[in-house]
This record gives sequence, C-alpha cells and structure tokens, in this order.
Amino acid sequence: MVASGSKCRVCRGPAIIDLPRHNANFCAEHFLELCRRQVTKAIEHFAMFEPGDRILVAVSGGKDSLAVWDLLIDLGYQADGLYIGLGIGDYSEASAVYAREFATARGLRLVEVSLREEYGYDIPTASRATRRVPSSSCGLSKRHLIDKAAIDGGYDVVVTGHNLDDEAAVLFGNKLRWEIEYLARQLPVLPARDGFPRKVKPLVRLTERETAAWCVVRGIDYLVEECPMAAGNKHLAYKAALNAIEADSPGSKASFYLNFIERMAPLLAAERAVGVESVGTCRECGAPTTGEVCAFCRLVEKAGAHERVPVELVVGRWGKR
Amino acid sequence: MNPMKVLLRNPRRELEVSGHRRVNSLLDELALNRESHLVIRNGTLVPGDADIADDDTVEIRPVISGGS
Ligand code: SF4
Ligand SMILES: [Zn+2]
Ligand SMILES: [Zn+2]
Repeated sequence: MVASGSKCRVCRGPAIIDLPRHNANFCAEHFLELCRRQVTKAIEHFAMFEPGDRILVAVSGGKDSLAVWDLLIDLGYQADGLYIGLGIGDYSEASAVYAREFATARGLRLVEVSLREEYGYDIPTASRATRRVPSSSCGLSKRHLIDKAAIDGGYDVVVTGHNLDDEAAVLFGNKLRWEIEYLARQLPVLPARDGFPRKVKPLVRLTERETAAWCVVRGIDYLVEECPMAAGNKHLAYKAALNAIEADSPGSKASFYLNFIERMAPLLAAERAVGVESVGTCRECGAPTTGEVCAFCRLVEKAGAHERVPVELVVGRWGKR
Repeated sequence: MNPMKVLLRNPRRELEVSGHRRVNSLLDELALNRESHLVIRNGTLVPGDADIADDDTVEIRPVISGGS
C-alpha cells in the first residue's frame, strides 16, 4: 500500500525527496539533474576548472567527497582521488575501504598516503603530543599532504567535498567572532600561490542532505558513521543552530552563505590583499612556509617522538569544550 | 503484521514502532530535524509526506558531518 504522496515538480512522477528550500519535490532522475545543475553552476560561476584540467579530489570515504568525485566524473571531468590514512582506529580503517571500493568499482585512480607508515604518527597520538584538539593536527596534516600530493603529481587543481552546510557553519563561526581576516578568505576558490595548489569546492550550492541523497540514489556506499573525534566540536553546534533556523525558514542557509559570497565578499577584497606575506621554503621538506621549518615538519617531529596513543584514550577528552 | 522497524545511526540502534504515519510525523516524534536526516523505506529514499506502516523497514540516516 503506497499512498499517493508527493509528485516530482518536473515530471509529476512519484517523488523520492522533498527539498523545502526549493519548495518542491523531485523524483530520482530529476533530483540528480538538479544536483548536476547546481554543481555545474558553481564550477562555471567561480571558474573553478575547465574540461581537460587534471583534478585531484581529496577523498575521505564519507558522503561529500565520494559525491563530488562521482559528480565530476559524471559531468565528464577527469579526476583522481587522494586518500589520507589518519590512523583514527576503526573509523579510518572503514573509511579507507569505502574509498577504495568506490575507486575500484569505477576504474578510478586513488592515491593513498598513510600518516603512520610514512610519517610515523597518527591523529590520536598527534593530539596527545600537541595537547590540542585532534582536528587541529588533523587539519594541518591533511592540508600539507593534499598540497604536496597535488604539486608532486602535477595536478591543476584540488577539489574538496565541502558542502553548503560546512561553509555556512564556518561562516557562522567566523561571524560570531567577526574574524575579518578569515571572512575575507572564505571563498569557494583559493587561487594557487607560492607552491600552494589551487583549491576549489564544487559542492557549495548543495546541502549535506542533498549530497547524502545523491549517494543514496546513485547507490554509493559511504561511511555513515562519524569520526569519533568530531563529537562535541563547535562546527556541529553551528550546524545544528543553522538547521533549526532552516526548519522554520527554508532557504536561510543558502541565502546566508551565497549572499555573503555575492554581496559581502567583494567588500572584503582590500582585506584579502593584505597579509599575503612572501614565503620561504621549509628546511626539511621544501614546502612553502614563513618560518624555517614548516608547521607540518614540526608536527612530524613532535608526534613521531611520542609513544603511540590509541584512539580510545583521546575520544571524549575534548568533547565538553 | 509486524511493527515497523526503525534503524537509527550514530550510534546504531533499532526501534519498533506500531501503526501507520507519515515520514515527517515519525521524525517529529523522535525529535529529529528534517534538514539533518534522510529517510529510506525498504531500501528507497522517500519524501516527508510518504506513508510508512507496519512491516516496513525504515532507516533514518543522519547526514551531518563533523570535521573540517
Ligand atoms: S573530525 Fe577532526 S579528527 Fe576527525 S577526521 Fe575530521 S578533522 Fe580529523
Ligand atoms: Zn521527475
Ligand atoms: Zn616542512
């Protein structure tokens, strides 16, 4: 017994998803069409890359990175994946399996880097050694290794799976504190400079619910479980706050973020020009840095010297902050 | 008829719910935000006004990621 239910806005067939922000429902086919259109619009509007460019997608095994990789291939671009083994216990092991299976099933190339095997540490250990939240050494490690893989591999551009909710949450946090410098730089395209690759976010016009739905409709298996070290972070609190507003007033998240990009970001252009310091190169690894040794190499030294800390000992420790 | 099976994630747990209702009503009963979940009935994505009933297997999948 299937009651009539809502119909697709385009074809009047049975809908599989309601998108309150578009005030409409869609069938599978027309939902996918809408996602392709939103991603194409982001790529073209921000001139992210062109057909023929060599693209490296940072892949975590979660919904967003697999969705963006799938969308790019679907839209006819050429893109390889990069998976970084962070050593976060079962979470990392499971996420690697999803990333590999996605790549293998589609005949795509997945480059892998392991923090433990190649640099002698993992994120739980780094968190303990630096006495900082796991996401701080995690973000630093990922940024460095993504940049390095892109430069070494001769890629034109790095793609990340950041979606509308991610960007809106970061924007919300930066605005709560009026972090003008961060606000000025919060754009969906980060141009290449001094040994840093170009970085772009093609999913900024899709919400998390939409990227997850893309995966479900396309039959993409991804790791639904969250990183155990994410619990309690502010990013999640900001997302919950924005979704509470969104539930009352659909479309708020999109206008909050997209209007910031259209209306506010241009006013901050002067701020962006400031602070592009000239950089030297790291004595250890040759990466661009303002110091003698880059932050990543300092982390490798510190975390690599620390005895191994299992993920269970770090989880929850930072949760209540 | 068997009660509806409802699978929740993060952490993974299962509930049994009896009686017919709309997807959105179930989300409201469980105090879950529509914007942060997808509902999959017997393996297929369904919109908020779809009917769910006894004998269905329903997965409520959270879509919020926490990292950077
Ligand atoms: S939640 Fe934090 S520790 Fe976990 S993968 Fe994301 S950035 Fe890394
Ligand atoms: Zn349709
Ligand atoms: Zn270095």
